[in-house]
Amino acid sequence: MANDPIHQFQINKLVPLDFNGVDLSFTNSSLFMVATVVVTSGFLIWSTSGRGLVPSRMQSIAEISYEFIASMLRDAAGVSGMKFFPFVFSLFMFILVANLLGMFPYFFTTTSHLIVTAALALLVFGTVLFVGFMNNGLNFLKLFVPSGVPGILMPLVVAIEVISFIARPISHSVRLFANMLAGHITLKVFAGFIVSLSSFGALGVVGSILPLVMTVAITALEFLVAFLQAYVFAMLTCMYINDALHPTEH
Amino acid sequence: MSVMFKISGVAFAAESAGETEGDAHTETAGAHGSGDDAHGGTFPPFDPSTYASQLVWLAITFGIFYLLMKRVALPQIAGILEMRRDRISQDLDEAQRLSDESDAAHAAYEHELAEARKRAHAIAQEARDEAKAETDAEREKVEAELNEKMAAAEAQITKIKQDALSGIDEIASDTAEAIVKELIGGTVTKAELAKAVSGK
Repeated sequence: MANDPIHQFQINKLVPLDFNGVDLSFTNSSLFMVATVVVTSGFLIWSTSGRGLVPSRMQSIAEISYEFIASMLRDAAGVSGMKFFPFVFSLFMFILVANLLGMFPYFFTTTSHLIVTAALALLVFGTVLFVGFMNNGLNFLKLFVPSGVPGILMPLVVAIEVISFIARPISHSVRLFANMLAGHITLKVFAGFIVSLSSFGALGVVGSILPLVMTVAITALEFLVAFLQAYVFAMLTCMYINDALHPTEH
Repeated sequence: MSVMFKISGVAFAAESAGETEGDAHTETAGAHGSGDDAHGGTFPPFDPSTYASQLVWLAITFGIFYLLMKRVALPQIAGILEMRRDRISQDLDEAQRLSDESDAAHAAYEHELAEARKRAHAIAQEARDEAKAETDAEREKVEAELNEKMAAAEAQITKIKQDALSGIDEIASDTAEAIVKELIGGTVTKAELAKAVSGK
């Protein structure tokens, strides 16, 4: 059981809740979503409560994350995109902290479940559609008609554009989900090798050094991936919002 | 779903662990599947029975998180950044003002210095002119005195010359008288002598 790399993704009911036959139990996944929200909001609000003119280290971290996302959104979607700043910032921080919390042994990684990342990606997709049509009306459909394409190729290009647009929430969600899932499985498998090899005696113990080194290296890599995937998710969100605001600027 | 997991489990084990490990792995997976009655052998991320709960709790937690960020955390951080920006621009304005002030003081100093230099020039010129006038007056006076002395000396020289010349006539007539007396043995009158000496 301990060696099963899939076990870490198991969802356990902590407080069973049944709502008209639909299971809405408070699970370990729910617990870590709550933990993500509490840790992140708690940190951001507490660290900036001093309102220091010269920031403390903790306040600096909060300010850097603020300016990091703000400049990312401003570069990608322009000043008019800044009204989506709380949305993009929440997405980034939620995914980042959920990913990082998942790096603790025995902790659950909420973003390793496709339904969670799909929900977030569809939220972005829905926002883009809604804002796109609200802001531009039918002009939003010009997003699928790139300028400067010869007439004969146009139907083909438009078809490709439409398909790639519809594929966005899929790639958006699967990228994050698959990265977290694969990373955690790999980590667990290499860690499992250490235990299995060590049980074969002295030679096994010596042989287990390699998977140990790999485990350490992959742990470092996973921290990078945890940040990178949150960054990629937020970055793509910014670009999709830009499409919704400026569909003709292509 | 169950089939999918079995396949992926076996494939995964075969590529990474080899035969015995792979068997052990599928066994544990199977045992795990039968042991956990709620989820069966389903790969957890693809178990639809957990979807509703995850979606509802994600909506609740992310919704609260979004509101906390939008209402509390982000305005707070934005306030800090704005305060700092204001403070910096205020400090820059103050620095600009002080710099302008120092520029003005410097210009005033330069002006003052130029003025003083001009005044000093004027004073020096005046002193020079005065000194020159004084020396000129002195020189004129000295020159006048010298001229006077020169004139006096010239007059004296002329007088001495005349005296000397008249003395020559007398000596000449005396000498002529003596010579005539020696040579001829007679006497000549003074008038004749004077006439002979002067050559008239």
